[in-house]
Amino acid sequence: MSAVNTERLAPWIITIALFLLWEAACILFDMPAYVLPRPTLVLAEMWNFKGAILLNSLQTLWTTVAGFAIAVVFGLALGIFIGWSKAIYSGLYPVMIGFNSIPKVAVVPILVLWFGVGTVPAILTAFLISFFPIVVNVATGLATLEPEMEDVLRALGASKLEIMLKVGIPRSMPYFFGSLKVAITLAFVGAIISETIAANSGLGHLMLQAQANFEVPLVFGCLIALAILGIAMYAIFALLEQRMTGWAFRSGINAG
Amino acid sequence: MAFVELSGTSLAYRTRDGEVLALDAADMAVEKGEFTAVVGPSGCGKSTLMKLVTGLRPPTAGTVSVAGERVRGPLKIAGMAFQNATLLPWRTVRDNVLLPLEIVKPHRSRIRSHRREYEERADAILETVGLAGFGDRFPWELSGGMQQRVSLCRALVHEPELLMLDEPFAALDAFTREELWCVLRDLWQEQHFTCILVTHDLREAVFLADTIHVMSARPGRILHRHVIDIPRPRDLEILYDRASVDIIHTLRHQIAGVRQQ
Ligand SMILES: Nc1ncnc2c1ncn2[C@@H]1O[C@H](COP(=O)(O)OP(=O)(O)O)[C@@H](O)[C@H]1O
Ligand SMILES: [Mg+2]
Repeated sequence: MSAVNTERLAPWIITIALFLLWEAACILFDMPAYVLPRPTLVLAEMWNFKGAILLNSLQTLWTTVAGFAIAVVFGLALGIFIGWSKAIYSGLYPVMIGFNSIPKVAVVPILVLWFGVGTVPAILTAFLISFFPIVVNVATGLATLEPEMEDVLRALGASKLEIMLKVGIPRSMPYFFGSLKVAITLAFVGAIISETIAANSGLGHLMLQAQANFEVPLVFGCLIALAILGIAMYAIFALLEQRMTGWAFRSGINAG
Repeated sequence: MAFVELSGTSLAYRTRDGEVLALDAADMAVEKGEFTAVVGPSGCGKSTLMKLVTGLRPPTAGTVSVAGERVRGPLKIAGMAFQNATLLPWRTVRDNVLLPLEIVKPHRSRIRSHRREYEERADAILETVGLAGFGDRFPWELSGGMQQRVSLCRALVHEPELLMLDEPFAALDAFTREELWCVLRDLWQEQHFTCILVTHDLREAVFLADTIHVMSARPGRILHRHVIDIPRPRDLEILYDRASVDIIHTLRHQIAGVRQQ
């Protein structure tokens, strides 16, 4: 087996090993299923509830993607606005940091008050929690434009808009795509938070129900479903990032 | 009137700790087609001088004029190159060279419809700096010296009347630097643009320039002006001639004196 193959297989091997370890520990310490169910039991339970899990996963996926989509549009626009000039950047940046430090769980009750229990607060929570890294990354990408590059263009008579279109925005794209994989994960967290507080459907809601009914294996089953969804979404956007901005990896521009 | 003229030009930067006078009543005149070098200790205001001439910053006192007109905003005709090549990594070498033509008139409105013609133009100028066949490469695939050649091409592709170079070869090794002196010499010989070269390499200044301006330590003033009448075309050997060595000595003394003040 070549080194490349080993590297590719390693995450799978480790995941399987962890599950085996978990299984072994449960058997060894004779864990009651209502404390820590064995993974085989969890998988069996997932199979039993496959309809409910699939349906609620789709609901969570939809709220996550909807919130994320709003965050992308809004984050990109606000990021460009903030990064447009050094003055706006230094004026608005602290406000943004302040906003971001509010725990978004605290906002959910307000959203429920305004929009009622259901999908809308979940989408909005996903949006609120995920737009921030997009804004910050896009704005930083623009604001860290080399002054010499700007001088070269200005000495040719380029307008601010032209400088942004030719250099600023393309340059901030690696930062933008880099932020998407973080943002989608956060949107997912936001959707789940809101679902566990105030919703009638979604994985978060299903988990809460299972917990109320003491169906501990199903709670864990939901957790695993969450993990799979989260990893899949992260992977898609990490791949997109590499596809779109390969030049940044090779030229050493490092987007956070 | 000279092509580039500074009279009593000062610039004070406003900072948190008050004003920093970077350039103090500088007088300078550069004729059309002249190649002038500006030398001086680091931090003396050489880059500031470049910003004033190109209109990127307005002077706080005195005047700047270029081509007979008072400079009141960015020039729109100047080519610039700096110590780092500042190429765009997502564009090929050819597209980097073409960037100015997407901005200056009349090319900006033609470049889309006459793409082939402009690509040939970029390839031609790349060939003059020894980069034939590199048009499709990306900047990160090139050595530092090659990137700096591309940067020169980008500064010259729109055939500017004025070329502003701010320590363009400072980051290169000695051999590459001398190669690029010759590249710049040939480009100037061919196109005869007016050129202002900021450098702290005295041999570079003597080899390339018609005139050399020596600046004082901050706040920068223009202290001396030397005319280098070594006949052209020059090759690197002239740097070992008596005349060049004498000028370099004089310059060295003047700058050492300035630094001790
Ligand atoms: N944007 C700026 N704001 C404040 N001070 C500046 C700025 N640019 C340059 N200076 C100061 O002006 C002086 C001259 O700078 P500069 O023209 O860059 O010098 P040089 O290019 O000769 O090294 C330096 O003391 C520098 O610290
Ligand atoms: Mg400088």
